[in-house]
Amino acid sequence: MTQLQARGVVKAYGPTPALRGITLDVDAGEIIAVTGPSGCGKSTLLHCLAGILRPDAGEVTWHGHRIDTWSEAARSRLRRTEFGVLFQFGQLVAELTAAENVALPLLLAGTGRREARTAALTWLERFGVAELADVRPGEMSGGQQQRCATARALVTEPRVLFADEPTGALDTLTGEQVLTQLVRLAREQGTSVVLVTHEPRIAAYADREVVLRDGLVDQSGLGLDSPLLGERR
Amino acid sequence: MAEVSTPHVLLGLLASGGTRHGYELKRAHDERLPRARPLAFGQVYATLGRLQRDGLVATAGQEREAGPDRTTYTLTDAGRATLDRWLTEVEPPMPYVASTLFAKVTVALLVADVDRARAWLIAQRRAHTQRLRELTAAKAAPSATLDDVVALDFAIAHLDADLRWLHTTLDRVADWHREVHT
Repeated sequence: MTQLQARGVVKAYGPTPALRGITLDVDAGEIIAVTGPSGCGKSTLLHCLAGILRPDAGEVTWHGHRIDTWSEAARSRLRRTEFGVLFQFGQLVAELTAAENVALPLLLAGTGRREARTAALTWLERFGVAELADVRPGEMSGGQQQRCATARALVTEPRVLFADEPTGALDTLTGEQVLTQLVRLAREQGTSVVLVTHEPRIAAYADREVVLRDGLVDQSGLGLDSPLLGERR
Repeated sequence: MAEVSTPHVLLGLLASGGTRHGYELKRAHDERLPRARPLAFGQVYATLGRLQRDGLVATAGQEREAGPDRTTYTLTDAGRATLDRWLTEVEPPMPYVASTLFAKVTVALLVADVDRARAWLIAQRRAHTQRLRELTAAKAAPSATLDDVVALDFAIAHLDADLRWLHTTLDRVADWHREVHT
């Protein structure tokens, strides 16, 4: 079932067009890789889908409701409750410990302090970094920070996770471990993932791949469904 | 791509597992190198025959269970020396320039037009992407052993390199065609 849709989405930064009419469906539980060369509009599309940016034209709908016309407060609420966002550099809050960082989205959504901490510890455990619960980001490696950031992005059990080059700053092995665990847990809880990457090897974790070129979907035959991973729900 | 040297692999299996008969060697081979083509029995016995002729293995006896006699083999000192030499030698980095992928685009550009070459590159990219997904799924499966993962890593890294080349060449193909035809 399609839950998130972009229809003819256009976005420009001043005179520079970033998206020139993108149409894309994100089904419940599917993992989509958005790929393409630098500057093709991948990240802009992710930001429009996640309600971070408002398109100049076109529509973004969530379960049939247009969200691109919503106020910033309403879109922010949607992001807190239904979406998770993960960037290349984890962007953890430097002053907070790992557990506090992971608990943060739950606290913002109104979960009690104790319950939020318990959930945070569970998610840190799932990413193999339980021992870092009381450590601040400044004392962690890049890989440890990204594991915590991934736990934070999934702690609310979002319907859609937006991940922008989530392993871009990690070495191959660490990146692979983070991604394997992310994909496994997303599948377990039925979270859709929109994975922005320029690496074929990372895109191969997805059910299908959407290639962007100059702000448009490249129709030249890469919209493949995976033979093995393609259990699209 | 260089072929796997079955004689050396068999010497290694004898060195690590002691005296074994052909069937055990075949099983050990297929288990340790899960992504290699399974060894045929004929190939195992033919290889053992040559290794014995060259003094690198020796027969250690006959095992008689239900069924035919089975000859067991053991590594000789000369076999161990050959194995050690092979393990120490650095393999020449493969030049890859003789790849069929490369040759096919070149010929397509010579005999056809840019669109034909591009269509082939896109079709090839599709096939590579599909295979990359299959291997990635196999690797991410909870049942994958480290033997599987390491073997799959090797295949994935090479496919990934091919895919990068296919992407880049798609971007270059129009310029390349112009150069070929001037």
